[in-house]
This record gives sequence, structure tokens and C-alpha cells, in this order.
Amino acid sequence: MMRVLRPLLVLAGVCAAWELVVRATGVPHYILPGPVRVANALAAQHAFILENAATTLLEMLLGMLLGVACGSVSALLLAQSRAVRRWFLPLVLASQAIPVFAIAPLLVLWLGFGIASKVAAAALIIFFPVTSAFYDGLVRTERGWLDLAHVMGARPAAILLRLRVPAALPALASGIRVAAAVAPIGAVIGEWVGASAGLGFLMLQANAQMQVDLLFAALSVLALFAIAFYAAIDRLLRLLVPWQPVTSDSD
Amino acid sequence: MKTDRSPSVFDVDVRSGGVSYAGAKLFDGLDLHLATGRTMCLLGPSGVGKSTLLRLIAGLVPGEPGTRIEAGDGRPLEGRIAWMAQQDLLCPWLDVRGNVLLGSRLRGEPADAARADALLDAVGLSDKAGAMPATLSGGQRQRAALARTLMEDRPLVLMDEPFGALDTITRWRLQELAATLLAGRTVVLVTHDPREALRIGHEIRVVAGSPARLGAPLRPSGVVPRPLEAPDLLALETRLIGELAGAAA
Repeated sequence: MMRVLRPLLVLAGVCAAWELVVRATGVPHYILPGPVRVANALAAQHAFILENAATTLLEMLLGMLLGVACGSVSALLLAQSRAVRRWFLPLVLASQAIPVFAIAPLLVLWLGFGIASKVAAAALIIFFPVTSAFYDGLVRTERGWLDLAHVMGARPAAILLRLRVPAALPALASGIRVAAAVAPIGAVIGEWVGASAGLGFLMLQANAQMQVDLLFAALSVLALFAIAFYAAIDRLLRLLVPWQPVTSDSD
Repeated sequence: MKTDRSPSVFDVDVRSGGVSYAGAKLFDGLDLHLATGRTMCLLGPSGVGKSTLLRLIAGLVPGEPGTRIEAGDGRPLEGRIAWMAQQDLLCPWLDVRGNVLLGSRLRGEPADAARADALLDAVGLSDKAGAMPATLSGGQRQRAALARTLMEDRPLVLMDEPFGALDTITRWRLQELAATLLAGRTVVLVTHDPREALRIGHEIRVVAGSPARLGAPLRPSGVVPRPLEAPDLLALETRLIGELAGAAA
């Protein structure tokens, strides 16, 4: 009970302080609207906001699917082949060194203003944490299991699929959790650069039209969606990888 | 409780066995005879190289040039060894039955679930076949590991301190169980516990020194698993502890 109540209380406190600051300083609403004004904007335009939120959510979901799929396959290839490691590991590292911000305009140029460029941006940002976490898990299979498999006369393919991959699933799950946390960033960056729908697009539009209360309303929905998205992925991973040791309790 | 399908047992000879690690010789020119169907206990302090000797026989570490490991029947040892380590090495994503069947899964052979269940019954885990390893106690986990080792049905069984992490009573029960179920196979058991060696070893050799040497073989009388109150065990334990203490000094 307190677990749910505590963050709500903190949120209520922050909102109260925010409203107080807005009233006390008399800052104009097009610079900083108070929470009441933001709530009114949210209520008035909820259909419009939700419609755009659905687009962003879809981009995040597809980006996750694509990014996790590509990341997992890359990790498997890297872990299996020395040649792949030598030639492509620097490339994987470089993929992280290039900010998605920098290539988002290119993605829009190549893939258009539609959903594809946002999915690609999200997938790019998701790819690295998934690859590095899964790869790390795959190359750190417990020595004892490999010894046992060796004495048992295991086939190499079976060692990979029945031992190393399942043993690395908790590491992959950690990577996917990080990916779930950064997926909204990728989608919104894509929308900022060029889009016709989505929360990022809505926020830019609202900003340009000095509708800062709408911008804040969209931002709060984005934050809520991002948290719910992470929580859902976390829940799903706990179901799929139940043997993952829980070292810290993340409420 | 007939779980043994009697694979053809053989003796094993390690001749001029040598292993180096990081430039240092762990042992060199070592000869060891493993008698057919007998349990050899290698007793020694930690870090002396007894586990490495076991790994050499298992083919997990390469021997120095000249090292020969020969089965009495002249055929290669590969595929005729079962391995049991101090960690139970149960896969947390498989239930207990799945873990017992790990070998056949890894070799892509059809799984003999009926035999796995019979072995789980033999080690006293018949009600845990569908349980996940995380729900088992330390002793139960090692029982499951013992069932997995027996499932392999190999004539040569190599055990590296398999009961080292268990409490006294659990260890005592598992020693008895292992000695009974492994009867008739050629077994090498590495341990640092003289009493364990005296309880289940047909032959005991102390490993000591650097590079490691094998002490003279000790062959206690009686049938294994020997009861703790067997008359000469205390004297032999004293002698072994003396030998170990001398080696450590």
C-alpha cells in the first residue's frame, strides 16, 4: 500500500510546490503553466493527446521488437564466431558512439515522415544495450557447466542453445530492461526531427504555438506511458525468466 | 533398487602424468592406477592439484607431452566418463527431471524419462521430479546431481569434492547413497576429508607437495560404505591426518 502511496504523495507535493511557485511569482502561463492549467489542457484535449500517444507507443513497441531481435542475433553471432568478433565488435561499439540525434534526420530522409523512421531510431538506441548485455551473458557461461557438457559429450549447437543461451537469459533480460527505459527517447527524437503524429510531434507543435500547457500535458502522458511501458516489460521478463536472481527491489 | 545397467567396467592407468599451470609444474611424472570397479579417494589439502589430476583424467585440461591416460581395455576414455563437481551445476531453468536428463538433451539423444524417475526414486527425490532447483535444499540439489551423474551410466565416474559444501549429517547420508549406487564402477573421488575417504574409498592416496606426489596407497578393510564405528578407522584417520599435516608443514 505504502509502495503505491509514497510516489503519489511525492508527486502531489511536487505539484503543490509547482502551483505555489507559479502563483507566487506570477510567471506568465506561456512560460510556465501551473499544474491546474496543465490538467485542464489534458482534460480538454485528451482525445487528441491519446491519439498521438498511441502512435508513439506503437513506435516504441515496434522499435523494441526490431531492436531486441537485431541485438540478440548480433550477440549470438559475436559470441559464436571469433571472425565476427574481430570484424564487427568495433562496429557495434561505434554504433553506440554515434548519437541517434545525429542520424535521426538521415533516418527521416531515408525512411520518410511516417512511423518507419521512428521505429528505426528507437531500434538503434535499443540495439546496443541488448547486444552488449546478451553478449556479456553468453561469454560468461559458468565454467562448471561447460566442463560438465564437455564430459557429457555435448554437441556444440546444443551447448549454445541448451546451456549458454538459457544461462544468458537473465543478462538479456537486464539488457531489455535498459532498452525499455530508452525506447521512448528513440521514438520521440524521431518525432522531433520530422513527423505528422506522435507525442514528440505534438509537443513541438504546441511549443511553436505557445500552447505550453498542452506541451506539459503531452509530456506528462509521455512520462506515464514510459513508466507503464517499463513496468509491463519488467513484469513480462519476470514471467519469462523466473530464475533471475533478484538482487535489489525496484518498486 | 536396480538402477545400474552394468556398463563394461575397466581399470585406468595414468602414466607420466604432468600438468603445468602458468609456468609452474602442478605435478610431473605421476603414475596412478585405478582398479576396476573400485573407488579411489585422492586426499589432500586445497590447491595441491588433486582436482587438476581429476580434470586431466576427464580430458578437461591438457597434459604435458608424454602424459598417457589409458583404459585397461585399450579403447579411448572419451564418452565413458561421468563427472560430478562440488557445485551441483543444476540448470535453474530446468526442473529436476530435466536436469537429470541433461546429458541426453545435450547429446540430442531421446530422453529416457522412466529411467530418470527411477534414479530420482533411488536418491530419494521421487516427489521432486517436477520441482525447480531453486526450491531444493543443498542436500536435495546434490542428490539431484548424483542422479544426473548416474543417469549418464558411465563405467568411470570422477567426483570432485561432491559433498564438500554439505552439512555433516547430509554429507554422511549422501556418502552412503553414493557408495551404494556407484558400486561396481571405477570411481575417483577427490576430497579433503579423511573420514569421507575412509568411509567410501577402497583405496586412499594422499596428494601432497609441489609438484604434487602421491603417498603410498592405503587400503582399509571392510565393505564400503564403512560404518563410522568400524574398529580400525580411527587409527587410520589419525594416520591420514598425520600424513596430511606432515605434507602441509
